[in-house]
Parts: sequence; structure tokens; C-alpha cells
Amino acid sequence: MAQYVVLIYESESEYANAAPEVYGQIMDAHNRFAEQVVERGGKVAGGNALQATDTATSIRGDVVTDGPFVETKEALGGFYLLEADDLDQAIKMAKMVPARFGGVEVRPVMVFPAA
Amino acid sequence: MDEVKGALTAAHRHEWARVLAATVRVAGDIDLAQECAQDAYVSALATWRLDGIPRTPGAWLTTTARRKALDSPRRAAALRARIPLLMEPGGPAGSRANNTVASPSPETQLTEMDDIPDDRLRLVFTCCHPALAREAQVALTLRLVCGLTTEQIAHAFLVSEPTMAARVTRAKKKISGARIPYRVPDPHELPERLDAVLTAVHLVFTAGHTAPTGDSLVRPDLVDRSIELCKVLVDLMPDEREVRGLLALILLTDARRMTRVNEGGQLVLLEDQDRSRWDRAAIERGRGMVLEALRGGRPGRFVIQAAIAALHAEAPRFADTDWAEIVDLYDLLLDTWPSPVVALNRVVAVGFRSGAEAGLQALEQLEADDGPALSTYHYLPATRADFLRRLGHDQAAAAAYRRALALAQNDVERAFLEGRLTTLTTS
Repeated sequence: MAQYVVLIYESESEYANAAPEVYGQIMDAHNRFAEQVVERGGKVAGGNALQATDTATSIRGDVVTDGPFVETKEALGGFYLLEADDLDQAIKMAKMVPARFGGVEVRPVMVFPAA
Repeated sequence: MDEVKGALTAAHRHEWARVLAATVRVAGDIDLAQECAQDAYVSALATWRLDGIPRTPGAWLTTTARRKALDSPRRAAALRARIPLLMEPGGPAGSRANNTVASPSPETQLTEMDDIPDDRLRLVFTCCHPALAREAQVALTLRLVCGLTTEQIAHAFLVSEPTMAARVTRAKKKISGARIPYRVPDPHELPERLDAVLTAVHLVFTAGHTAPTGDSLVRPDLVDRSIELCKVLVDLMPDEREVRGLLALILLTDARRMTRVNEGGQLVLLEDQDRSRWDRAAIERGRGMVLEALRGGRPGRFVIQAAIAALHAEAPRFADTDWAEIVDLYDLLLDTWPSPVVALNRVVAVGFRSGAEAGLQALEQLEADDGPALSTYHYLPATRADFLRRLGHDQAAAAAYRRALALAQNDVERAFLEGRLTTLTTS
């Protein structure tokens, strides 16, 4: 099995303007996601929601600034570390990650050759 | 000696995909497989001169390439590092239960002299994986499935060789880095994945049929490869109507090849082409495939496009073209494939069915709906220019021709547009 990180990018303003019940729906969806991954023979090895980009701090060299590294329309809001046999399986699982206000990026974790 | 070279050239043309695909399965790594396959061809040059040309060159080359892959120390290293493509353990008795990197025993591999059709399909589907950029899919397919050199592909698409080589290398790195699996998609994924394959092959054809840049309209090398590729796909997937649809589309469209440019190298429009010089055999074949593919339920976008091409091909003269039916087919096509380019093609057909004024109105509607998507597409202003010209609005037509010229990059098309512009501005 190989490891993939799924990065969740979503519009923070759409999130903020959403009706209260939406949060509950999204939490439920994330809980369901973990079950669905197991059902499909994969594994969730880690993951977390991140606090909003206005809590971010960026550092370039010695300079510390307020805010995310890159200002994007859709901000990085969370991630999952998944185990899958190949990209097809990873994509199948990534499609199930709740991300209604944006989308996800799937990135393979670096494999360093055994010595 | 000539005989051997001839046999090898033929073997390259017809067997390359088979040899490579079968070797990928053993090597577990595309680069290693390519090298071993290439080495097999080099070995053949010497060995066949001594021992004679084998009865089944493809099998000889496949066995040789596979043996080289098995013996390669790099294969062992790649397996240890767990980097290579995942392979489905194949073979007649092989188990498909676990998707492990280890392959069946070498002995089993070497006795499989027959071509496993799935291998070439695996290669095609891997090259056209949606995780690869469209340009990369096309380049990789031409390189790995058709066996073209990077120089040939670069030349065909009019980019520099280093650019094309980098594109292919990046694509291969993506395949190994992200672990794009070497497999034929499951039945439920097949329609979408097949569509990507057909789109890539169609792209090869259209780039050859009307080259986007350069000094000639047609690039026959690309057209021929797209036809070969399509025929291989029809063989490998005989039940897929869309595959036949694409082959029919290509045959019907390419049938006009000899008449699209005159002896002076100038563009000849459909309405002016000498239909007696269209390839009737190809047209008959294409029409037959379309009729067959139209049976059995809702046609896909390639079958519909082929049906439109068939209507053009069977009209004895331009004036006999059944434009009403063509517009209807475009409506059907738009249902399945809501693309602005398709919508523009429909507008052209509307112009011929109902006149330039109607065409212009349809065009204005399209620009309102999809203008931005077509902002760099020279056929949009060219269509507008033609409608305006037909209506006698010379100044507006000239402006539109200028707009088209700002966007068009093929010399033959540019010369045509310039000709139209000159006629308008000097009369």
C-alpha cells in the first residue's frame, strides 16, 4: 500500500455564509467518509481539519507574517493521509472526501528508496 | 540484409505496441520496458541476419524483450524500492487476487508466446489516464503505443524536441510517482476512461487533418497513426460502438484528403472540392460502420459525429447536402456533448440550412452564451466573417477576417483568410 495526502481546498466565505445545519451535515459526511474508506479496502492513516486562514502564520526565511503562504480563492482547510494500492484507488477515496465549497488535491507521499 | 531491415521496419510498425505492452508487465517499469524492447529490436538486426527472419517476428521480439527485462538488475532494484507501476499478475493461470508487485514466475512468463490483447489495452488506458494532462496523454500514446520517436512527435506537433522529451518524461514520472496502475479500467469506469482514450486518438487525428500551425494543412503521419491506433482499438474492443464511431469518423473525414488543398497549396473549401476524387472505398466503409453503430440504442458523441460526416460524404454535390438533418444531428450531439466548439459547428450548419442571416443570429446567441470559451478560436470570427460577407456587409466582414487572422496560425488557412480579406478591401 502507498500513502497519499488529500488536501481539502474550500472557499472560506461560502463556509461562513452557510446555514447552521450545514456544519452538522459536513461533520456527518466526514464521519461517513472514514467508514467508506474502510469499506473499500483503504485506510485513513491520519487527517485533521485546520482552523481558518486568518489564524495562519507564514515564515519565509526569518520573516514571520500573518496569513497563509499563498492567497488563493479556495483556502487549505484540512487534509487526510490515506493508504491505497494505487492512484485509482486513492482517487476513488478522494472523491468521497466532503468538499462541497471547493475540491481536493491528491498528492503521493514521497518514497525514499530503501538503502 | 535489406530483407532483414525490411522485416524489422514492418515489425516495428505493427508489433511495437504488443512487444512493449507485454514487456511492461514483466519489467514493472515503463522506462526499463522501453529500453528492453528497443534492445530486442537491435538484437534482432544481428541475430536475424545470422539465423534468418523468424516465422513470427512479434513473438521473437516479445520473448527477447521480456528475457532482457527479467535479467535486468534494474528490475530487481525497482522491485526492492517498490517504486514501479503496479501490475496485475496476468497469464492464463495467473491469479488476479492480489495486486502485488511480484509477478508470476519467469518460466510462466516465457512460455506465454501468444499476444495477450489486454496488455495493449492496459498500455493505452495507462497512457490516457485522466491524471495526465491531455497533451501528455497524446504524446505518451504516440510514443509508447505507436512507437514514434520523440523527434517525430515533436515535429508532428511543431514543438522542439527537448520540449516534447520533457513532456514525455514528466508523464512517465507522474505514472511512477503517483502510482498510476497498469490496468484496464473496471466495467463501471470504462465509459469515462474510454472516452478519454478516444479523445486522445481523435486529437491525434485532428492535429493531422488540420495542423494548428505550420506550412501544410495536413500532417499525414499523424492521420495515419490515428487510423492505425483506432483499428487496434476496434480489434481490442469489438463491442464498443464509440470506438467504431471514431474509426468511421476518421475514415469519412480523411476520405477528402486529396481534395482539400489544390496544386498551388491553397485551401479548397468543402463546397469547391472535387467529390470524384474523394476516397469512395473509405466512405463506403465509414458509412457501413455508422449504420451498424447507430443500431442498438442511443449513440455516443463519436458515432453522432461520424453520422454527420457520413451525410457530407454521401451528398453527390455540396448543394445536395441535407443540412436540416445535419442540424438535427448537431442538436443531438450537443445533448451528449455540450461543447462551445460543437455549438459553433452547429451555427455553421444553421447558416447553410436557413441562410446567413439566421446563421448570424445563431452566432450572436452563441457568443452571448459561450464567447469567452472561444476567445482564441479563429473559426469563430472566420464564421462571422463568412456570414457577413454573404450578406454583403463588407466592412464588418473585413473586420472579422482581421480578427480571425490575428488568431489563426496555420499558413494555408491564413492565406485563405487573407485572400478573402483582399477581395473585400479591393473591390
